[in-house]
Amino acid sequence: MEIDPFIFRLSIFVLSIFIGYFVVWSVTPSLHTPLMSVTNAISSVIIVGAIIASFSLSGGSNISFSNILGFIAVTLAAINIFGGFLVTQRMLQMYKKKEKKKNK
Amino acid sequence: MSANLSSILFLITGVLFILALRGLSSPETSRMGNFFGISGMILAVVVSILSVDILFTNLIYFIIALSIGGIIGGIIAFKIPMTAMPQLVAGFHSLVGLAAVLVAVSAYYSPDSFGLGTFQNIKIASIIEMALGASIGAITFTGSIIAFMKLQGLMSGSPVSFPGQHYLNALLGILIISLIGYLAINQSTGVFWLLITASLLIGFLIIIPIGGADMPVVISMLNSYSGWAAAGIGFTLENTALIITGALVGSSGAILSYIMCKGMNRSFLNVILGGFGTDSSSTNSKEKKEYKPVKSGNAEDAAFLMKNASSVIIVPGYGMAVAQAQHALREMVDKLKKNDVKVSYAIHPVAGRMPGHMNVLLAEANVPYDEVFELDDINNDFANTDVAYVIGANDVTNPVAKTDPKSPIFGMPILDVEKCKSVLFVKRGMSPGYAGVDNELFYRDNTLMLFADAKKMTEDIVKNIE
Repeated sequence: MEIDPFIFRLSIFVLSIFIGYFVVWSVTPSLHTPLMSVTNAISSVIIVGAIIASFSLSGGSNISFSNILGFIAVTLAAINIFGGFLVTQRMLQMYKKKEKKKNK
Repeated sequence: MSANLSSILFLITGVLFILALRGLSSPETSRMGNFFGISGMILAVVVSILSVDILFTNLIYFIIALSIGGIIGGIIAFKIPMTAMPQLVAGFHSLVGLAAVLVAVSAYYSPDSFGLGTFQNIKIASIIEMALGASIGAITFTGSIIAFMKLQGLMSGSPVSFPGQHYLNALLGILIISLIGYLAINQSTGVFWLLITASLLIGFLIIIPIGGADMPVVISMLNSYSGWAAAGIGFTLENTALIITGALVGSSGAILSYIMCKGMNRSFLNVILGGFGTDSSSTNSKEKKEYKPVKSGNAEDAAFLMKNASSVIIVPGYGMAVAQAQHALREMVDKLKKNDVKVSYAIHPVAGRMPGHMNVLLAEANVPYDEVFELDDINNDFANTDVAYVIGANDVTNPVAKTDPKSPIFGMPILDVEKCKSVLFVKRGMSPGYAGVDNELFYRDNTLMLFADAKKMTEDIVKNIE
């Protein structure tokens, strides 16, 4: 009997939860805010769904309802992607080690 | 692009995102991590575009949509003050939630483009996954908007509750589950929209009863939801990148919620049911308060005490963020260091309005991160420290959490500031903190209250240290 491809996706999902569990516990507490902004940015990978919707051919060569939803979703996801990664970058730039005392 | 190749590339995106989170295990590797994250995202977008049939008009609109979003996101990222991070993150979560809903609606109306069957004849597994993604996305959307409004001050931060609230929520929860089941069978448009409406409503209802200082839990929880919504859509689209990312984000948010709840010694359920700090359990201590003497001092006294100390620990809280006092604080610490005072910072897990809030503000003020310590790492040092400078924190220092089993905050891990030789407490007035509990520390002999705005007081102290 063949295995339903759903089972493979479920396996990926479950294993990823475990990876997430271990990786996130190893994140240093002082970086919890950047963690939230970067997880927010990567969850915008939902843009792949928005792209499919944007280029859906359901309306033939006209712009369909699905296309419009897709464009809006692309805009929202893009705000998140650019905003999320850039603000994370901005925060991470601020985390500095103690300067060497001799420099002063 | 062949389906196999694109699947492998999506898998690589997932791996890059794992590396992005992995990088956050230390500040040195974190910037590299963010670079992995950005690469993963670019890869995902490029692969998606190469996998669809490109129509010229659609491409133009797509580029416009992407640019508008990119510009808005870029401007926000550069303009936003660090003190506004909690509301920014809440706002961003709402966008992920709404995007998930829109993608699900689009897939519902044109399932053929997504390879899911035809309109109202979608594969049963796909429609369930789609319904779950849409529902969780809708909850994330309205929930995050309420969280955003509370954090931004557009709506009162105090809990909003009404009779029968929990029953209504439970009823809506059951309704949503039944609607998903019903939708799987008949795929009717009416049921689909009813499901989305009910989910939008419950997102709103579950966040309004939760008060301001519980926001760290709420934000983490919504972070988690946005991940599960993405995973739901990922199953619908049979896309590995989305499934992996959804699982990572979902578990990340769940872990942060757990850490925050533990930081308050409260169960997740207790936070979610809300209404904390509104009961009158503290009437007892209120009566006593009137007669208890409090020692209060001014900037000069504080400067004198700290200048002559050999070690000082700074305990920042949400009040520091509100007063934007982090830069003044850093100036004060610089002066103290010139006087050979050893200074470190102690951060309680739930200080501020989101996980790691205080750390970011201190980093913004150029405080080196190796001078900033977490509760467990520094709590034993208070006993050997001369002065604790508590700026904008309250409940997290209250010794009552260790002594009075009747107190609502009993059992919450606290910073042992009372063990210091002297405690300087910057506060605008005598009002109790979020939990509505009087802080016993105010009346101790070794406590000096500094009644002022956190920033103003810190600046005055700077002037007085020479």
